[in-house]
Amino acid sequence: MARSSTTRRRIGRPVSSRAADGAVRKLITANGLVAILILAAIFLFLAFNSQRALQEVGILTMLTGREWYPTIGVPRFGFLPLMAGSMVVTLTALVMSVPVSIAAAVFVSEFATRRVKEISKSIIEFMAAVPSVVYGFVGLAVVVPWVKEVFQLSSGLSALSAAVVLAFMIAPTIVSIAEDALHAVPNELRQGSLALGNTRWQTTYKVVLPSASSGVLAGVMLGMGRAIGETMAVLMLTGNAAILPSSVFDSVRTITGTIAAEMGNVVQGGLHQSVLFNLGLVLFTITFIINLVADLVLEKQRKRWRR
Amino acid sequence: MALASEKKGAMVIGIHENSSNGGEFELRDVSVTYGSELAVAGVSMDIERCAVTALIGPSGCGKSTLLRCLNRMNDEVSNATVGGSIKLDGTDIYGKDMDPVELRTRVGQVFQKPNPFPMTIYDNVAYGPRTQGLRQRGALDDLVERSLKRAALWTEVKKDLKKHAFELSGGQQQRLCIARALATQPEVLLMDEPASSLDPISTQQIEDTIAELKSSVTIVIVTHNMQQAARISDWTAFMLRESMEEPAALVEVGETRSMFTNPGDKRTEAYITGRFG
Amino acid sequence: MRTRIRRAKAAQTAAMVLTGLAAAFIVAAALYLLAIIVMRGLPGVSWEFLTQPPRGQMKEGGIFPVIVGTLALTGLTAAVSLPVGIAAGIYLSEYATRGRVTRIVRLAISNMAGVPSIVYGLFGLALFVNLMGFGKSILAGGLTLACLTLPVIITATEEALRQIPSDLRQASLALGATRWRTIYRVVLPAAAPGIVTGSILGLSRAVGETAPILFTAVAYYKRQLPTSLLSDVMALPYHIYIMATQVTGRPDEIVWGTALVLVAGVTLVSVAAAGWRSLQRRKVRW
Ligand SMILES: Nc1ncnc2c1ncn2[C@@H]1O[C@H](COP(=O)(O)OP(=O)(O)OP(=O)(O)O)[C@@H](O)[C@H]1O
Ligand SMILES: [Mg+2]
Repeated sequence: MARSSTTRRRIGRPVSSRAADGAVRKLITANGLVAILILAAIFLFLAFNSQRALQEVGILTMLTGREWYPTIGVPRFGFLPLMAGSMVVTLTALVMSVPVSIAAAVFVSEFATRRVKEISKSIIEFMAAVPSVVYGFVGLAVVVPWVKEVFQLSSGLSALSAAVVLAFMIAPTIVSIAEDALHAVPNELRQGSLALGNTRWQTTYKVVLPSASSGVLAGVMLGMGRAIGETMAVLMLTGNAAILPSSVFDSVRTITGTIAAEMGNVVQGGLHQSVLFNLGLVLFTITFIINLVADLVLEKQRKRWRR
Repeated sequence: MALASEKKGAMVIGIHENSSNGGEFELRDVSVTYGSELAVAGVSMDIERCAVTALIGPSGCGKSTLLRCLNRMNDEVSNATVGGSIKLDGTDIYGKDMDPVELRTRVGQVFQKPNPFPMTIYDNVAYGPRTQGLRQRGALDDLVERSLKRAALWTEVKKDLKKHAFELSGGQQQRLCIARALATQPEVLLMDEPASSLDPISTQQIEDTIAELKSSVTIVIVTHNMQQAARISDWTAFMLRESMEEPAALVEVGETRSMFTNPGDKRTEAYITGRFG
Repeated sequence: MRTRIRRAKAAQTAAMVLTGLAAAFIVAAALYLLAIIVMRGLPGVSWEFLTQPPRGQMKEGGIFPVIVGTLALTGLTAAVSLPVGIAAGIYLSEYATRGRVTRIVRLAISNMAGVPSIVYGLFGLALFVNLMGFGKSILAGGLTLACLTLPVIITATEEALRQIPSDLRQASLALGATRWRTIYRVVLPAAAPGIVTGSILGLSRAVGETAPILFTAVAYYKRQLPTSLLSDVMALPYHIYIMATQVTGRPDEIVWGTALVLVAGVTLVSVAAAGWRSLQRRKVRW
């Protein structure tokens, strides 16, 4: 007697639910792959739109050209001044920001009481939430006049001004990632060192910092990626002179600033536009490599504490 | 004939009545592999309808693994494969026509740790029936009440069915989970150490509930507590994994009374009397 | 022996003071930033400022169409990025098996988060503005911003879902629910506070972005409100940029006021979202 199975059918079960389950799975999987799709599309669209520049100017000419005169009769499309500009601004910002940010991360993670820690973290989070155009504007109002006066320059719009502002902008990134890395070091390690008669500071620089070093490094790299890719603040503060800089007091023009400033005034489908896309491709490639390396470093760090 | 006439009103009648008469399992040469590790092998036994079968054995001997075969929860473990044959009321549950989702409405499970959903008591119990498409308010109310009564929780919570389930005590939460499983009106209830995280009084209540339930539901319970197995079960199966190199196996299965007074196997006797394991 | 200990203690004190100073310096800079925006911005903000269009070559009047433009862009961004991002987060947490594909997806997501915003602008220009022919519009800008926001929403969703104990999934499956019903009825509601908050944080970042909408959405000056998704619009961050660098002779307080509106909008929403989440967390403990 198949009694139990007959009586079981008492509640009408939506027949379609199994089929729906499979369909939903497919739909969701498709969405899961969207990141790969977009990343690939970005690369392809930049490459596709760079074609004309690659054919008519050539990648070597652009990468090694020392002059950027995109709108004169016979235009010069040399990326060197722009890459140098980006580099000067980024490196100067890193030099200023990294030591202070790492020190701050050490304090927050190792020395601060819980209350201090929470408060400073949320204040630093606020710093990360402020839009870059606001940083640019505040930089114009505060940092540019200050740089001009302190260093006796004819104009405060310079690599230095941009770097100072950038240093503050990337500090939250470095602090929070470095702090995470320090925080992830197991407490047993600290206790082991303290039990050997080391002070907290000795423990920090002998045990904690070395163990967290790759995470801290990843934080610095991500900060660097952010600095290279930063557009608005740099555009507003560097003065945008496309010449090879000889010091941080010079006005410079960055890769990002060039794209932002010139893309609006180019002929649709023209050579200049294509060159700007190519410049975007160069930028994308640089940040892609930085991010990839930072990611692999972070992965390594994570594996370390997963037994 | 009577059944046929019941069909039309089945939606309502079935819910009010205790429709299930249990189910019986027939296991033949069941084995489970995790990745490349053969964890359980060669288990053959029958599980009687409307009786309590206790699975005992030392930790790691594959009790939970075997239990998860019976409602195909092993399907959700990505590297697990099940061999052999398991029949529920004569149908192969790993057969082509068997839908694991449907099977689980017939074979319910209660877990070791109480795991109520983060919603109200009422919604917890109504979850299974709603999943099966029951929407009528009155029918749902009845089913919730009946399930809570069967799980011996009704008197404690009838006033506040809208309370969040997390506000209950651990023991109450576990009985809520039993009520939740019962609301789907399963023929079989699998319980994996349902009382191991509870105090003696809550444990007592759960044991009473099991005693009540077995008239209408087949129960398979894993327990580490020999007294508990002796108190509540009709049948006892003893599993053992002699070394990590070989898979776990079923040592013996028999009526609880005779097994505890007069075990057939030396190893069973040693385990029951607490000499190893 | 004793001098060694004393020296170690002195070093410890020095280190605490120095790292403390570094932290204090950054915190002070953040507070200064907040203070200067509020103090200089407040005099510029009034009811008229918020509800009137700009007048007199933008040297007078308010920023009403600018606010509307930013809201329109944000709305579209949310409408596109939330469903896709949440679905992708569900995929990673609930469906993806450990394997090469999943690894590549994860790598792609964290890499997307590091792509410079100006590159998204170029991408949007090439795909949405030119190839799809949306022109400079809310549609093109919103889609561009959606791409930029996706990684944040995906990561937030995945993390929120991972917080949910697997017991709950097991319980639902054992009751005869399908995988999707389990997710939809049990896992997603439990993870909702985390998902919502993370998404709002991601969207609030998009609100402040200028570079991605530079070539895809914004108008220098546009008095009338947008009429369709294909209208171009003014937007708060871009307005700050042009007012600061290209409009000469404008009163400073208009720019500061706009900056205050933008920063206040972004941070208040984030703070509210974070507060709501911690409230929800306190209610439900695992
Ligand atoms: N998901 C899994 N993946 C791989 N191996 C598993 C998995 N689950 C269980 N095992 C292995 O299968 C064997 C049996 O485990 P199982 O959990 O069934 O034992 P148990 O009898 O329930 O133990 P306990 O009494 O401690 O609950 C163990 O060796 C365990 O390591
Ligand atoms: Mg077990």
